[in-house]
Amino acid sequence: MIANTKRIRETAKRLLREDIVDAVLGFKQGTVPMICQPVLVTRPEDVDVLYWDSFCGVNLANYLSKRKDRIAVVAKGCDARNIVVHTLENQIKRDQIFIMGVPCKGMVDPRKVRLALKEREPLEVTEDGDKIVVMGEGFETSLSKADLLQDNCAICIHRNPVIYDELMGEPVPEQEGIDRYADERKLEAMSADERSRHFQDLVATCIRCYACRDACPLCYCPTCFVDESRPQWLGKSIDPTDTLTFHLLRAFHCAGRCTDCGACERACPMDIKVRQFTKKLEKDVLELYDYEAGMTEETRPPLDVYQPDDPGDFIE
Amino acid sequence: MKLLKISKKDFSDVLNRLKDSYRLYGPVRKGNIVDFAPIEDVSDIDLSFQNSRLSPKSLFLPQSERMFEYGLDPAGDEAHILKEASKDYSPKAVIGIRPCDAKALELVDANFDTPEFRDPWWVKARETTTLVGLGCTSPCSTCFCTTVGGGPFDDAGLDVLLTEINDAFLARVLTEKGEKLIKAANTFEPAEEELVQKATAIEQEAAGKIVSKVDTSRLAEIDTLALHGADFWEDVQFACINCGICTYLCPTCWCFDIQDETHGRVGCRMRNWDSCMFPLFTLHASGHNPRGQKIQRVRQRFMHKLKYYVDTYKMGVACVGCGRCVQHCPVNIDIRQVCRLMNEYEGKVPKVS
Repeated sequence: MIANTKRIRETAKRLLREDIVDAVLGFKQGTVPMICQPVLVTRPEDVDVLYWDSFCGVNLANYLSKRKDRIAVVAKGCDARNIVVHTLENQIKRDQIFIMGVPCKGMVDPRKVRLALKEREPLEVTEDGDKIVVMGEGFETSLSKADLLQDNCAICIHRNPVIYDELMGEPVPEQEGIDRYADERKLEAMSADERSRHFQDLVATCIRCYACRDACPLCYCPTCFVDESRPQWLGKSIDPTDTLTFHLLRAFHCAGRCTDCGACERACPMDIKVRQFTKKLEKDVLELYDYEAGMTEETRPPLDVYQPDDPGDFIE
Repeated sequence: MKLLKISKKDFSDVLNRLKDSYRLYGPVRKGNIVDFAPIEDVSDIDLSFQNSRLSPKSLFLPQSERMFEYGLDPAGDEAHILKEASKDYSPKAVIGIRPCDAKALELVDANFDTPEFRDPWWVKARETTTLVGLGCTSPCSTCFCTTVGGGPFDDAGLDVLLTEINDAFLARVLTEKGEKLIKAANTFEPAEEELVQKATAIEQEAAGKIVSKVDTSRLAEIDTLALHGADFWEDVQFACINCGICTYLCPTCWCFDIQDETHGRVGCRMRNWDSCMFPLFTLHASGHNPRGQKIQRVRQRFMHKLKYYVDTYKMGVACVGCGRCVQHCPVNIDIRQVCRLMNEYEGKVPKVS
């Protein structure tokens, strides 16, 4: 982590000094433990605010939409895939971005750390290799990072950035033999009624703050369908039908585009497992079109194009 | 003020007795989240929490609240006539509300209950509710109540304040509503001097545990336009994703949006929480949006809490230091830092060219 941070700072300084980019988009250390804040650095003398650790879970591709400047961006495996999606969807041009790829061993889920601490509050959290060291009032404990990864990171098979201009560390081994769709198979085994109930229960505590949408790099629509007011498409209350409609429509809008970066779930203030919506669609797109979002700049996303032999068996 | 005591083992009996005269609400744990909910079984109450995830403001300003109902049958006599939606305003008691959240209700009263305007539903909910506070013996590291006019055992807005002392609670009975509740509970005994001294020690120790601080001393004197035009907003807003977490979790955010919903031949006019973070919040019918940019919305939130409220109501900042927005902002926008930037601002009013 320290090596990544050093490399990010050095690269950022060089890119800004040599006028290769106008700005560097990266992370700075947060004001509370276990969170880093996206930051834009425009002067070489400011690069020391840049920072990297296992709490850089925010997907920085979310900050790139419609930017006009030449910008360097710190990108994990999933961020890099979302940058590919962004370029395919004309949100930014490949030649205006400089991708500082960071091979990633997974981001740590602060909720899991808190759970492991059983009510004790973490006051300082640091990393030591594969360990997370937590200090609080009257305690210090070392936890295994592998047990604390975000759910999406635990099943990630694309940890190394698929595109980059420079790597900020040595490539990491990809995880093998991962069962990525255990949860989805459970969903598929349910009856339609059970599944409907499952998703209603899943979002029962949703407060419609839209953090899942706003943290998502795919959600760049100038006006989201939930914000359409002339005419209004969706009720504004916390009526279960409206809440579920929001989540379902958002998920379908992400089909074939979602990289399972986990930004939605990470942002949710009510700990809702919102990835369950998008993950099922990710599996469907993989099975129907043999396509994973953001892996290559060469192919248009399957729901973006029509092929005469597109599978249609699911239309009844 | 009466000082009474109750042993913890008798507390469930007290709550059960209160259920005869009050609709009870209290902190209930679901998974990792504690939130205030109606209490059916008093054993559901969990007083071991630090902060509830959502503030209990929803007990007074529900996220979605029916205001009026109307018929839509053109043949009916009362088509399109608004009638106030009936709601239960029988006595309610909130058990275990934190002092910061109770103080927040007083700050919101300044908006909903004024000599000129009284929001009927807020006022009714406030008048019929008795607040039994639970002081904080182990505040969070993000709590800064002591520098925004409160404290872990501040009694502002409360009717009864409980202090947890080993296997008992000391109860400070603060208002007539509190007296009435204690009478209905009918088990409290006078607290002996020794217990009161112990409580005072616990309360002082808790206040000492609040290490996070903000300085709000200059906010009132700084020129509004100068602050509005300050250069730091650009940096403050950069990371913001404009979600509604900060405003929806905040105990003092009171904004709502009125909507009509119809189904068949009946309609309902309701109000729903709204957020100044959302672009739709200020979208005019003309299509113009005075806060069309993220920077304008982020600035609005902080200016409202830390400047406009201060100037308008002369009650300090519209923040009780509960730290929810600090803990749950997905991109670590920290009101304590923004408050410092605002309070230390020395800039002048920008010139209009």
